[in-house]
Amino acid sequence: MLSDSPIAVEEHGPELLHHFANAEQQRDAASLGMWLFLATEVMFFGGMFCAYLIYRYWYYNEFAAGSRSLDIYLGTINTAVLICSSLTVALGVRAAQMGKRKLLVILLLLTIVFGFAFLGIKGVEWYNKYKEHHIPGPSFNVDDLVRDYPQIHIDPRHEQIYFSLYFAMTGLHALHMIIGVGIFAFLTFYAWKGRYTPKYYTPVELGGLYWHFVDIVWIYLFPLLYLIDRKPLR
Amino acid sequence: MATVAISAERENYLNQEYGIRSWLLTTDHKRIALLYLASITFFFFIGGFFALLIRLELLTPAGDLVQADTYNKLFSMHGQVMIFFFLIPSIPAVLGNFLVPLMVGAKDLAFPRINLLSWYLYIIAGTIYIICIVTGGVDTGWTFYTPFSTAFSNTKVIEAGISIFIAGFSSILTGLNFVVTIHRMRAPGMTWSRLPLFIWAMYATSIIQLLGTPVLAITLLLVVFERAFNLGIFDPTRGGDPLLFQHLFWFYSHPAVYIMILPAMAVESEIVACFTRKRIFGYNFVAMSSIAIAVFGFVVWAHHMFVAGISLYSALVFSILSYLVAVPSAIKVFNWTATMYKGSISFTTPMLYAFGFIGLFTMGGLTGLFLACLGVDVHVHDTYFVIAHFHYIMVGGAVMGYLGGLHFWWPKISGRMYPEGWGRLAALLVFAGFNLTFFPQFILGYMGMPRRYWQYPPEFQVLNVLSTAGSTILAIGYVLPMVYFLWSMRYGKIASDNPWGAAGLEWKTASPPPTFNFDEEPEVTWEAYNYEQIPAPAEVNVER
Repeated sequence: MLSDSPIAVEEHGPELLHHFANAEQQRDAASLGMWLFLATEVMFFGGMFCAYLIYRYWYYNEFAAGSRSLDIYLGTINTAVLICSSLTVALGVRAAQMGKRKLLVILLLLTIVFGFAFLGIKGVEWYNKYKEHHIPGPSFNVDDLVRDYPQIHIDPRHEQIYFSLYFAMTGLHALHMIIGVGIFAFLTFYAWKGRYTPKYYTPVELGGLYWHFVDIVWIYLFPLLYLIDRKPLR
Repeated sequence: MATVAISAERENYLNQEYGIRSWLLTTDHKRIALLYLASITFFFFIGGFFALLIRLELLTPAGDLVQADTYNKLFSMHGQVMIFFFLIPSIPAVLGNFLVPLMVGAKDLAFPRINLLSWYLYIIAGTIYIICIVTGGVDTGWTFYTPFSTAFSNTKVIEAGISIFIAGFSSILTGLNFVVTIHRMRAPGMTWSRLPLFIWAMYATSIIQLLGTPVLAITLLLVVFERAFNLGIFDPTRGGDPLLFQHLFWFYSHPAVYIMILPAMAVESEIVACFTRKRIFGYNFVAMSSIAIAVFGFVVWAHHMFVAGISLYSALVFSILSYLVAVPSAIKVFNWTATMYKGSISFTTPMLYAFGFIGLFTMGGLTGLFLACLGVDVHVHDTYFVIAHFHYIMVGGAVMGYLGGLHFWWPKISGRMYPEGWGRLAALLVFAGFNLTFFPQFILGYMGMPRRYWQYPPEFQVLNVLSTAGSTILAIGYVLPMVYFLWSMRYGKIASDNPWGAAGLEWKTASPPPTFNFDEEPEVTWEAYNYEQIPAPAEVNVER
């Protein structure tokens, strides 16, 4: 990273912006930019993970009860869906490298389908929470949890903190998924038009980096939110 | 694309295209810098207007000009406007935007369109904030402390929060652009050890912007959510923790101090080297101290919370760490001073600001040590001592650096010289007015006058009158440059390419530079600040 700047000036191709000396410099700049952006994203989610850590330590019972009330089957299926989508993204980048246009379009479309599947399942989960009155706010009510888990003491106010964090974290994650689907729609369109070649596929690679990042966030969210304590209660 | 260069002799970035469209859709970093210059000047005068109202209210002990609620809004909005809409973008988004590509020998920043996007985000954020002001304002202090901001305040907290959330992304994008440009866009031969110290400090600033700002963003978002949906994350009556908010807030907002002061240090290094005509003393130490400030800056935030109820042991650790930040800061001050030693100093306007910076920043820094000391902090916490301390850093430091830099690079930016006599007068007015405004506040604070009150006991009046008088002088000192800068754009003497005889790539191109900065790609074969090889200019006719 600390090496001195390139630079042999080369013929400006159509994708090469005027202020770059050559395609390599442009690619390196774009990729460094993306990694830095992902670093800011880590810090962005980091604030919420920090809040999660503290409140889980203080209000373990409420967090465990809230975690039990989530649908572990839907959560697991969603995790699998996202992992599959990361696979199609990785294969898509490979297809772009090899210049296989049709395969690239198919893989990008598959990624979008997985993305929508994830959002759909997430939507069902949120709807279930809405029906159970577990969404923080005026109609928030966790009498059902108090009834279901008489073995542990549940303070509704602290339970609300768990669900606030649950909705904030999964909500922001879903927002990133929606943005990701938008990015992949663009990529699919241009891939279909044949813009990406083995010489120029940086956007596919960077879109892929973003998608993997959003995927990794979920890989953390899933155990932290769903799997706090699933042992049968005495 | 390759057809431009033919008639490039007289063309520059200002006259190549005309019309509002050519400005609002520009991706030229130099034009975006000017867009920022106009916008932050606008916000500077709004923030300054609030400041003057505050000082006028404090002219007399009684609360006669405004009522308590209005006063709360005035100091809150003064702080938020000045910090988020003026100081944070000031040097990076104006001078940095203009100079970073020029100094590293690039045609533009790495991502010109993202650069324009960052200005638009700033404008959107600014517009929302103006709406917030007009529809009633916000009274939480610039710090948004919970649970007041989330549960009790009945002002426009959500609007202010969203506005600053968006402004944060503008700042992130600028930082991201700088880091990538400095890594990837340097001209051949421009090695890391040949970079101007301006670039090193800007690099450190950008790292803080990248890693700190997202934390503020998520914190403000949680405040907005909590207020809008009544959540309780930061509400102690429902198990939430206000201290968590303070930790998250200061995790950004303390490093933000370094986002404001590091760029001023960046400017300082350039000016001091140029007007002493010497290579900067201890280049490596000055460069590394910027990085050290960025790193240490991230681990001292809880010194804002010594009396907020954190444990004694963590307070102790944060106190020691806070002392440590003084080391790299002192390295810089000593190195600038050592650069001047036996230098051939010319007292131009930028150099006067540079002298002012060193003195005022030193005072601000030393009083910072008082505040890092646990025992003393308990005595002066939330008093005017704190106000005076951080104004010495942010106004005495950051604003002096900004104004000094603006004068130094004005010939390059506009192609015209500013009137030197008026410039020096304004610099002196700013220095005198500043000290008269804020020095009495050290004494007031030490005597126990608390901050954020609209009235005070009569025995504090003399010092408050002095302070208000000083703020009037300061205001004149700030209006003057705006007037003569505008005047000079039309009537100023035409500037040569390098009127100061300064080192640095930005002086090797035309004034004002052509759109792509250099007519041919520069190749760097010399070390930074090679003043022994550059003749002193004849045209700077100032006493030596």
